Amino acid sequence: MRETTPTQDLVRGIWRENPVLVQLLGLCPTLAVTNTVANSLAMGLATFFVLLGSSVLVSAFKRFIPSQVRISAYILIIATFVTVADMVLQAVVPDIHKALGAFIALIVVNCIILGRQEAFASRRPVGRAALDAVGTGAGFMIALLLMGAPRELLGSGSLLGVRIMGPAFEPWVIMILPPGGFLTLGVILLGFGWWQARRRETVRPRLWPHEVVAEEVA
Amino acid sequence: MGELLWILMSAMVVNNFTLALFLGLCPFLGVSARVSTAVRMGAANLFVLLITSLSVSVLNAFVLGRAPYLRLISFIVVIASLVQIVEMVIRKVSPTLFRELGIFLPLITTNCAILGLAIFQTNRGYGFVEGLFFSVGAGLGLTLALVLMASIRERLELSTVPALARNMGLVLIVAGTLSLAFMGFAGLFST
Repeated sequence: MRETTPTQDLVRGIWRENPVLVQLLGLCPTLAVTNTVANSLAMGLATFFVLLGSSVLVSAFKRFIPSQVRISAYILIIATFVTVADMVLQAVVPDIHKALGAFIALIVVNCIILGRQEAFASRRPVGRAALDAVGTGAGFMIALLLMGAPRELLGSGSLLGVRIMGPAFEPWVIMILPPGGFLTLGVILLGFGWWQARRRETVRPRLWPHEVVAEEVA
Repeated sequence: MGELLWILMSAMVVNNFTLALFLGLCPFLGVSARVSTAVRMGAANLFVLLITSLSVSVLNAFVLGRAPYLRLISFIVVIASLVQIVEMVIRKVSPTLFRELGIFLPLITTNCAILGLAIFQTNRGYGFVEGLFFSVGAGLGLTLALVLMASIRERLELSTVPALARNMGLVLIVAGTLSLAFMGFAGLFST
């Protein structure tokens, strides 16, 4: 495995290997709970906590986890932290807990978390695992907010519950409904692809079948 | 009987797991490039959903009444072991089917539709029979969404889309449109 510096471990997950925008992992919560900024924040914080806790624990216990049952062991550790997060949210912010519904429990099967355990925490020292978890968690949170802010702004004309748009603004209700989630992420990914394409403009773009044929005829 | 039919149809189209509840998006986006694989993936999911629902009924009836805080952990352990057992049985009984399903089978463990079904079934207090209809509806709904998506993507391959849009972004926008169409089913059961 390639050696990395602590700074790289921390920064990598935030943008260049962003779990959602680049690796397309953890899409279920990204689409399901981002209809308001408050929900996105709560989901981001809960996932951040679970990721950090499980990475530290997996890294600390890596010598004792037999490799044949490692996935089950990771899932059990993750499920324990999710149960804690679930109970804390229910006690502290009952409204948001209700809005997120089953998706808090579903953090267990968020592939970002299991992926980091398998790819990183299980073979690195505790400190590095924690840095990696912080970076990846922050990257996930950024992606959730990128989704949540436009959806709440256009769908209900407010941000964090505070009205931003004037009274003449007709809310785009579709944005807070399920199709709005797909459409928003689609537009974000198209924009991201456009931005990446602009960065490596020198590289020849890939041709599609009809274009290849057209070129051969010419 | 009407109630049971309602549960089935509701899970299948009105509250479609993929297009309305965002469960099981990984296979929906990952293995929806070909119709034939989409059908197989849907069938595998349907089967696992069915046996998960059966075991969740048993767990709810005999174990979790006394220890509700163990819910999540016991669900995920049961699902992981079930998928493992199904994999072993299929490998033994039908090696051909096993080869065709390939990597999809173990990946079903981390498909949130399965755990989602277990949680919904518990939260809504469905018993054994209701759970059975609920899981079949959910499985058929997943298969329907997968096959629709795969058919659209096969057509998309041959159409003239700007090269820039040839990534997941386009697939998600197609999914958004499908989801919009499925919202039309919401009025199906208004009385």
